Amino acid sequence: MIDPPYNVPDYRSTALRAPAQKLVPLPTSAIASSAPTFSDVPEEADLTVKGALGERIKVVGRLLDGDGRPIAGQLVEIWQANAAGRYAHEVDQHPAPLDPNFTGVGRCLTDTDGSWTFLTIKPGAYPWGNHPNAWRPAHIHFSVFGRSFAERLVTQMYFPGDPLLPFDPIFNSVRDVESRNLLIASFDWDTTEDTWALGYRFDIVIGGHLSTPTEQP
Amino acid sequence: VKPTPSQTIGPFFHHGMEWLPTPDDGVELTGRVLDGLGEPVNDAVIELWQPRRFVRAFTNDEGVYRTTIAPPGPCDVSVFARGLLQRLVTRIYLPDDSDDEVLAIVDPGRRQSLRCVTDGDCLRFDIRLQGEEETVFFAW
Repeated sequence: MIDPPYNVPDYRSTALRAPAQKLVPLPTSAIASSAPTFSDVPEEADLTVKGALGERIKVVGRLLDGDGRPIAGQLVEIWQANAAGRYAHEVDQHPAPLDPNFTGVGRCLTDTDGSWTFLTIKPGAYPWGNHPNAWRPAHIHFSVFGRSFAERLVTQMYFPGDPLLPFDPIFNSVRDVESRNLLIASFDWDTTEDTWALGYRFDIVIGGHLSTPTEQP
Repeated sequence: VKPTPSQTIGPFFHHGMEWLPTPDDGVELTGRVLDGLGEPVNDAVIELWQPRRFVRAFTNDEGVYRTTIAPPGPCDVSVFARGLLQRLVTRIYLPDDSDDEVLAIVDPGRRQSLRCVTDGDCLRFDIRLQGEEETVFFAW
């Protein structure tokens, strides 16, 4: 299983939201082979344009399908906390400062080779009420579309070496260690820009989500 | 190539996802998203996909979302929320949609969870994530 199960006791919000009934497998003929495409997207790939505070980073990656083929011209959306670990969102009451010059929101369309780039700042860790002294590791939320309805993915990107990762029930909800580690971006010298921004690489592969294991004959 | 795993959308997605305009055709569709205790889910995103028509809706403090849907259906639906580590997939059948191969494989006692109902001038489709009358969710 690539994806986390719905019911993860360590992540308390799953308790009343995870479906109790088995998912019903759709006949292949009933799975929409199309996906939305987006034109006139108000692209915002530079989240630092107003002078956001924090450690400037350049995050790059490619959007690929399960066969490793690039998904071109498709939408990538991101949102994140500011450098102090606070979202520009009315629900976030963490007593850390807001940055008036940082919305934490970005979007772009992938290039012909599936590549995308965001210039942003490194988000801060922040506390959440899941358990005593619970802190989310620094992360950026990603929402991506593929070529079919089955290729739709919302995920989170983490940073290498974050000491909070072993303690985070959301990161650790992915049971397969190798899959889990795909959520961690790699620090990338080739992306790092001299005197300007540290570079991170995060390739996103959409494929096989929500597929039920095939039964042995 | 190993796929990237899914993670929850969390509670803070609004600014990131609200930029997308809702098309002005279609019929009004509303409903509530409820958890296993029947309490409103106030931080859910509903995405409806019909051929060439994509809309996104967000629940409010009462768990209510409002958007539009274009007959005929059925319409593919994704549900995202804090506490959902991956999306849930369901389908909305409109009142005039006939039964099909998908409804045929669903337990007859649960089929009505996939059909929206007429409520005055609009259509209503509630999504129960868990518990009695749980909405039918699909995989492949």
